[in-house]
Amino acid sequence: MTPDLSTPAGWLPVAFMALMGLSMLAYVILDGYDLGVGILLRRASDADKDTMIASIGPFWDANETWLVLGIGILLVAFPFAHGIILTALYLPVTLMLFGLILRGVAFDFRVKARDHHKPWWNRAFYAGSLLATLAQGGMLGFYIVGFEWRWESGVFALFTALALASGYALLGATWLIMKTEGALQALAVGWARKSLWLAAAGVAAISVVTPMVSSDIYNKWFSLPNALLLAPIPLMTAALFVVIQRSLTHLPASHDRWCWVPFACTVGIFILAFHGLAYSLFPYLVVQRITVWQAASATESLMIMFVGICIVLPVIIGYTIFAYRVFWGKARALSYY
Amino acid sequence: MDPLLLARIQFGANISFHILFPTISIALSWVLLFFKVRYNRTGDTKWMGAYRFWVKVFALTFALGVVSGVTMSFQFGTNWPGYMETVGNIAGPLLAYEVLTAFFLEAGFLGIMLFGSNRVSNRVHTLATFLVAFGTSMSAFWILALNSWMQTPVGFEMIDGKAHATDWLAILFNPSMPYRLTHMLLASGLTVSFLVAGLSAYRWLKGDRAPNVMAAMKTGIYLAAVLIPLQIIVGDQHGLNTLQHQPAKIAAIEGVWETERGAPLLLFALPDKETKSNQYAIGIPKLASLILKHDPNAEIQGLNEFGDKHPPVPPLFWGFRIMAGVGMLMLAVSWLTSWQLRRRGEPMQWLAKVLVAMTFSGWIATLAGWYVTEIGRQPYLVYGVLTTAQAASKVPAGMIATTLVAYLTLYVALITAYISVLFYLARKAKYTKYEKDDVPLPAAPTLALKEST
Repeated sequence: MTPDLSTPAGWLPVAFMALMGLSMLAYVILDGYDLGVGILLRRASDADKDTMIASIGPFWDANETWLVLGIGILLVAFPFAHGIILTALYLPVTLMLFGLILRGVAFDFRVKARDHHKPWWNRAFYAGSLLATLAQGGMLGFYIVGFEWRWESGVFALFTALALASGYALLGATWLIMKTEGALQALAVGWARKSLWLAAAGVAAISVVTPMVSSDIYNKWFSLPNALLLAPIPLMTAALFVVIQRSLTHLPASHDRWCWVPFACTVGIFILAFHGLAYSLFPYLVVQRITVWQAASATESLMIMFVGICIVLPVIIGYTIFAYRVFWGKARALSYY
Repeated sequence: MDPLLLARIQFGANISFHILFPTISIALSWVLLFFKVRYNRTGDTKWMGAYRFWVKVFALTFALGVVSGVTMSFQFGTNWPGYMETVGNIAGPLLAYEVLTAFFLEAGFLGIMLFGSNRVSNRVHTLATFLVAFGTSMSAFWILALNSWMQTPVGFEMIDGKAHATDWLAILFNPSMPYRLTHMLLASGLTVSFLVAGLSAYRWLKGDRAPNVMAAMKTGIYLAAVLIPLQIIVGDQHGLNTLQHQPAKIAAIEGVWETERGAPLLLFALPDKETKSNQYAIGIPKLASLILKHDPNAEIQGLNEFGDKHPPVPPLFWGFRIMAGVGMLMLAVSWLTSWQLRRRGEPMQWLAKVLVAMTFSGWIATLAGWYVTEIGRQPYLVYGVLTTAQAASKVPAGMIATTLVAYLTLYVALITAYISVLFYLARKAKYTKYEKDDVPLPAAPTLALKEST
């Protein structure tokens, strides 16, 4: 079933799947903290709302571009799977887009519209962030079960939606711990503590359910020696949860030297969970139906894109890091000049 | 209702909503760079004032462009799965390069451009502004290359019903691409020049006499006065190019049902597809032949020669006349205002009011023009290669209709909010005295900096 990986027709689709995975992972982490901050927005005072949004203001746009790249690679490298996946997810995709539109425009409208309209745009920001998150989580659930439309899938999708929302809330809260100070930072520590348990429950449940979707995935994980080789993934995830939990009990601290630890560990959990999922699903793009090779575009088209990506992606990563360095440190009020 | 028509209306609504914002952000980013460079060179704070006002408009416009653009990237798949399955090998790389070389560039430096002036040097900030402008234009290049390829496809072969690229340079620089790209970039320039002139005229009418208001108004008006004759020439050339490659589109634009010699330029008519003729036609004899073939007695192919493979006539006929009409109005208004600005230093009240009314006139012309060229490609999605019906998805009509209504509601609300916030910002600008702000001005360019640049 696996084509010869030494030929371009064999390895290019795998390379593109890896690139797509990387983009999606980058999106989930980067826009995840944006959306998480949005979900938490409702709980803060008006002044804190401004600070919270200022902490993500310079980044959200570039963060969302990773979604365009991820979905773009699906579109251009695996057109056949793109059609099937997006047609199957038509409704949640539409809901997510509505959420992203609301969130994105609220960013700008809330500071430019008349003052008495601001609370409405704040609500739109919160609602848009929550809607986009729940829709993404729901899509993840339906995707894992291979678009099987049964009531169990619906329950599972609802569950993954809530799990992702708590995961994003944890990302958002730990981001705020890192980027803010004083009373808001203390608030964020409280939010992080609450969402930590929900996120842990979500990761555990998805890990239990995914192997039950198919015997193939089950065997990948639980046959020997795989089970031993893979054991570090769940163990490290558990360890990171413990580290976050411990560090949150010591925050906010007077010296603030370790304020980045919870965020970095949360990112680590997302990376591990992503790899676990990727391992379960590979080489399928549509679970148990379409592999990366079946869905791939013509080799010559993939090659011309691959060359471009190899040249441009490092540059993109370079200036993304530059932008983050420019806005390094605690968030300050945003002003156009 | 027919799911194909619904899918087309939905996609049309989304792409129409989307194009409004890039049309502004492409040229506005260059205008901002102009303001910034003028300030760097002269140290005159009026240019900084203009930059500060318009960068807010840019931020809002860009955000709307991004969110509607993300929507587009999904709808290729949800509405037209057959499109990527058939021509994905060609469309794919073009879209991929757009994301890689344009989207990330714009988005990556936007944060620095908008909020970074206190955190980076003036030179890095100018560079960020340039890179954002460059990114928006790169984006236009890739997407117009793809769109033009769909109109005039070359450089490929069909193998098992799928297009495979044979010559990437031919695909990229396909026959209609240079015309369409230039036409669109100029359309963006004109849209922005009237937006800048219109909002500045509005501020001026409201009694805002800050030097930056007049500086921006002059920039807008003079830019329009220069661009509009260029656009008329480019538009004419684009028309000739279309006549060569898509004669059915031209026949529909001109309302020529039967092939005829010395075709008139119709100013008004009601095209009737039942009788295949025009009612109440008023035209200038032989002018269409003269414009299209540069010969008053030349023959123009009629729609009768294309069977049923021709686009619907009324939207093309009217769309073209709306676009050209707005263009003529732009010519008259921009030249008259330029003349007044040179002579009196300020526009007359009534002319300023006309400018305010024409603030978004560029949108009307741009949309009308896009409808002409896109509906003019029907019944094909890729001209002569793939019909729109073949590419449509199997999503049920009810679901498309529901989401369509939701999208339309959202879009109407957002356009209303956008326009009203722009005018609100214009009214509020008078009470925002940047010069007295706590935020320090970026270091004024020193002589040393000037010499080193």
